[in-house]
This record gives sequence, structure tokens and C-alpha cells, in this order.
Amino acid sequence: MALTLSEKAANHVANFLAKRGKGVGVRLAVKTSGCSGMAYKLEFVDTPIPDDLVFESFGVKLFTDAKSLPYLDGTELDFVKEGLNEGFKFNNPNVKNECGCGESFNV
Amino acid sequence: MALLQIAEPGQSTAPHQHRLAVGIDLGTTNSLVATVRSGSAVVLPDTAGFGLVPSVVHYTADNSVTVGHLAQARQIDDPRNTIVSVKRFMGRSVADLPDASSTPYRFVDAPGMLKIKTIAGEKSPVEVSADILRELRIRAEQSLGGELVGAVVTVPAYFDDAQRQATKDAARLAGLNVLRLLNEPTAAAIAYGLDNAAEGIYVVYDLGGGTFDVSVLELTRGVFQVRATSGDSSLGGDDFDQRLYCWILQQAGLTTPSDKDMRLLLSRAREAKELLTDHHTTRITAVLSDGEAIDLELSAETFQTITAQLVQKTLTPVRKALRDAQLATEDVKGVVLVGGATRMPHVRKAVADYFKREPLTNLDPDKVVALGAAMQANALAGNRGDEEWLLLDVIPLSLGLETMGGLVEKIVPRNSTIPTARAQEFTTFKNGQTAMAIHVLQGERELVQDCRSLARFELRGIPPMPAGAARIRVTFQVDADGLLAVSAKEQISNVEASIIVKPSYGLADHEIAQMLEDSMQNAEQDKNARNLLEARVEAQALLDATRSALATDSALVSPDEHGNIMQLLTQLEICQQGEDIQAIREATEQLNRITEPFAARRMDVGVRKALAGQRIDELG
Repeated sequence: MALTLSEKAANHVANFLAKRGKGVGVRLAVKTSGCSGMAYKLEFVDTPIPDDLVFESFGVKLFTDAKSLPYLDGTELDFVKEGLNEGFKFNNPNVKNECGCGESFNV
Repeated sequence: MALLQIAEPGQSTAPHQHRLAVGIDLGTTNSLVATVRSGSAVVLPDTAGFGLVPSVVHYTADNSVTVGHLAQARQIDDPRNTIVSVKRFMGRSVADLPDASSTPYRFVDAPGMLKIKTIAGEKSPVEVSADILRELRIRAEQSLGGELVGAVVTVPAYFDDAQRQATKDAARLAGLNVLRLLNEPTAAAIAYGLDNAAEGIYVVYDLGGGTFDVSVLELTRGVFQVRATSGDSSLGGDDFDQRLYCWILQQAGLTTPSDKDMRLLLSRAREAKELLTDHHTTRITAVLSDGEAIDLELSAETFQTITAQLVQKTLTPVRKALRDAQLATEDVKGVVLVGGATRMPHVRKAVADYFKREPLTNLDPDKVVALGAAMQANALAGNRGDEEWLLLDVIPLSLGLETMGGLVEKIVPRNSTIPTARAQEFTTFKNGQTAMAIHVLQGERELVQDCRSLARFELRGIPPMPAGAARIRVTFQVDADGLLAVSAKEQISNVEASIIVKPSYGLADHEIAQMLEDSMQNAEQDKNARNLLEARVEAQALLDATRSALATDSALVSPDEHGNIMQLLTQLEICQQGEDIQAIREATEQLNRITEPFAARRMDVGVRKALAGQRIDELG
């Protein structure tokens, strides 16, 4: 079981963390909400939670919790540009359906 | 798929609930929009990668509006309809302009605020600014992938109430929800994180393209107060280009170059200036329209010598601002540089020498105001979590009212932190006086004639009393944007005249409503055009389907029915060419209805054909 970052995403996360001046990594998680059942959570981590599962990709630490991992296993977090917009994208092999915008999903 | 940004711990929003907020630096020469993404403030560039939008708007006869670089290109061939530096006209009347004749514009003296005659009609500076802001809003929405919750728009610290209100109206007209107007120097200080720094005095030195502003800020308990502002509204980076251009003419022995050569040499001068920021020497080469070639070598030293006077000129307002604030250079804890022209090494050195300390320069001086505004917008939109974020602004000029003899009684002194409310009691001057005129003024001067008139209103229905017996309490309220409401109440009889002060720059509510309505009417037109297209497409689909059905299955319709269908088909064809959406829809519906039995018969035949020769038990 693993979570990874694309190299591009890793560079951006490292950069954001450096500019922010604090934080040990980034948290990927799911929560139940949104129009298709579940939604992604993407947050900076200042203090890890004791039971956190930690992965490392291109030198950046990824945190998640045991409940989220089954839904995220194999996910690669990528950083993409779409026109003027840019941001992170979850490439999640577990997803069966997404809402139109891709912000929430079910497995 | 929506792209995600990294949120602060515990601050992830529900899907579709992102609170997108931006900071906008609406500058005299250039404007920018910035936002906070994944915890960092960034300026949003356009598709070509440009962050700066030249604050230039070009109007054409067919009412099309271009903004930015494209508009700038029209400045030469269509100067009257290409509005540059509109910020100088915000909240101003023609009489306020020192040099109206030196601009190419045809001004119209509307009540309160001037208007500019263009080929697309008379434009108020509010409308022109709104066109710039709209461009920035659209860019932001495309970049962030959603509608904005709101924006923080920056204004110069010296802007008075009328100019602030005009800026706010422009934002509203552009479809922006203004979370807050923020003083430019305050925004720059926030970008440098000085709001979390040690308390004390900070100086913001802002040398832009065409204007120079210096502000003295005092930080106490996380609140910035503007202690003093000064500047020179006709001194900026362009003057350095101009000075260098003159040097080129001198060196090349030219006297009166053509307009085309002048523009060429001016742009060469600008390039050379920018190169000398991190080079010791540069070459200036150009081929003039008469074939003459120019090839000059320019050293950083020469450039600094010929522009030294301009740099010195900025120090006069700096001294004045410090004097006004009754401070010495030793009292200053930090100096922030803002504006592209502060990249010039000799400008930095002059500032460092004057204050005897290195100025803060690690942020891009073109972007620092927008970045600070974005940080403030992010906080106001509620994306910052539990960190405390204090109100950061103060009113720039005192607010008061006229008393007997044409004197101004100040109610809210300048630099009061906002929002604020102050009240003072007044009384009647004559026996049996039943009304009182209240004249609201802004400014530091003692005489009414020297202050800016903001509004007048009357309190009527005071019961007749001897002079001096009535007790009229006048309350001034300033909201978080520095905008003012005044109310007056007679304490004995409780008669009240509470009035929202409309700054007297002349854009009355109905005018703003009209502009908003105009923009909405256009939206209506757009919507109609779309409905028409949709109706036509739908009609076409039905026409095609009916024709092909008649061609293949004409045996299924009786001659009568065929005639009816053909009639309605022709009718729909005619309607479809027209503009009447309702008629197209009705004709479509009629044809649809009359062909229903025919369609049902075709379906039956189809099913029968499919089933023919098959046994029931084969169908499972």
C-alpha cells in the first residue's frame, strides 16, 4: 500500500512548504461529503497525528490515516496546469465515479 | 477535474465550497491581481505569462472594450479613445486637474466627478476603472476555476473619501464583492509580514511608473496607522526613461526626431535602464527612419549621474513626510520598496544612505502591493484558520462638520482605527430654531472652504426652544472600508435624521444603478441570443428527423396527414429563419405533436419487423 507524488507535485509541495516557513509535509485524506459521496482533503501538516501513516516521495513526506488509505491506495498526487488554472490532481486508481468537477468521488 | 490547492491544517473546505478571494492592485500605470494558493501569495498571469496589466482602456465605436497591452498599442493612433492613468481622475472634477489641457482627452464637467468623452460615449473614471477590474476578475476566475467570494482592492493612502467610494463603485460595477479597501503602503507592509514584526515606524517608498508616494506607517498592536504621506504625482520611472532619451539625443546630435523615432528611442532608453539594473554597461543601438544608425555605449555610472537629480527629487517628499510625522530617520524600524523603478541600484542606494539601513527588497517591487492585498483577502474570506487577524487600517483624513462662522469641528480625527463611531453634541443657534443644516467635511484645515465637502443634510422638526436648549447628538460612523455614515438626533424630542452620507463626487445611486442595469441588460441580450440559437438547433433537428421519416415511411401516413405535416414543416422552416424564439418553439412543438401518431406507427412497425419470425421463448 502506498501513496506517491509526481516529481512535479513534489517540487511544488516542497516549494510551498519552504515559502510557508513551517510544516513537515502534506496530508492526503478522504472525508465523506460532496455530491458523489467522498471528497479529498489536501492540507499542510504541522504536527503529525500519532497513528498517521507516512510515505515519502521525492523527499516530501505524505501523511494519511488508516481510514483513508483503502480509498487512496495507489494514488499519485500530480501537479497540473489547465489553461490559466493550476493545482494538484489526485490520480486515484480506486475511483469508479466522479462528480463532474472531480472534487468528490465514490469507489 | 477541479484542481486542488493545499489548505492550512484543518481548513479543508467541502467540495464546491472554496472561498476564492483575490487582492487587486489598481495602479496608475499597471494593475495586478493576486491570490493565495497553497499558502503562498502569487500574482496571476495571463495566458502569455504577463502578470502586469497596463491600466489602459481603449474604446471603439461599436462599444467593444480592450484593456491592457492591446489597449496600450492603440495609444498612439487613437489617443482620445485610449484612456491611460485613469486613476488620476478618480473622484475628481475638471477643476481639480492641474493639467487637463496637457492630456489628449475631452473632459466633460459632470457634477462632482468629471467624465471623458470617447467614441463609445461619455465615460466616468469609475466606468473606465471598472473595465480594468473586470479584466482582472475574469482572469482570476479563469485561473482559480470558480467565482470569487470577494476582493481586497488597494488605494493610495492619500485617497480621500470620494476617491475611495469611486474605487469601491468601480469594483462593484465590475462584478466584484469588495471585502475591503486597503491602503497601498499597508498592503506592501503586510506582504513583508511586518504586521507580525516589531512595533514601530516603517516607511514605504513607492516609486512607480509615473507617480511617487512615500508613507510613514506606525505599527502598534498589529494595526498600521498612516502617520504621514507625501509624494510627487508626476515623478516616476518614466522620467528616468525621458532623461536617458534626452541624453541619447544629445550624444547622437539629434534635435527633433520624428514621433516614430522618438518612440523607438524611448523604448531603447527603457531597455537600457532595465539592463543596467544588473549590468555595468550596455549598448544602445537603433536605426532611425532616415537610415541613420545610433550605437552608443552607456555605463551604469553615466546613467546614475544623469538621473541623480531625479533620485534626489524623491528625497524631498521623504523628508517632508518624516517632518509631518515629527520623526527622524533614526526612528524608522524598516523601509519597504515598492514600484518597478525601485529596482534601480542607485535608487536603492539613495534610500539606504538616507535611512542608514538596507531597505527590504526581496519581494518583487511591482507585485508587493497585490501580494499583500491577496493575503488580506485570504484572511477576510476566512481561509486562515484560528490565527488572529486584526483590523489594519485607519482613516486618512479627519471628518467633521461645519459650525457657525464657516469653521470645521472635527468629530473623527485622522488616523482613528476603523471601524469607528464618534459622537458629539451640538445645539441650536437661534430661539425657536426648528431645523439644522449639517454639512459633513473631510480634511485637516480649520475653514470649511479649505476642506472637502462630502455631504449636506438637514435635521428638521426640532421643537421650538430657546437658543442653546436643544441637544443634537451627531454621530459619525466609519465602516471597515473607511466609508462614512452620519446621523443626527435631537435628544429631548427624539427627532432624528439618520442619513447615509453619499460622497459628493457625483455618481448618484441611480447612476450606479443605471450602469449596473446596463451591464445586466447586456447579459439579457447574451442570454436571448443563446436561447435563439438553441431553439433553432432544436427546430433543425426535428425538421431533419421528420423529413427523413417521411422519405422512408411515407406509406404510413394518410394523404391528409401528409398535407398537415408538410404545412407545419414549412411553417417551422419559415419561423426558424426569424428571430422570434417563442414562435420557433411553438412551431417546433406543433410539428412535434402532429407527428407523434406517425412516430408511434413507425415504432410499432419497427418492433414488429424485429420480432417477425422469432418465437416467444427465444426472446427472454
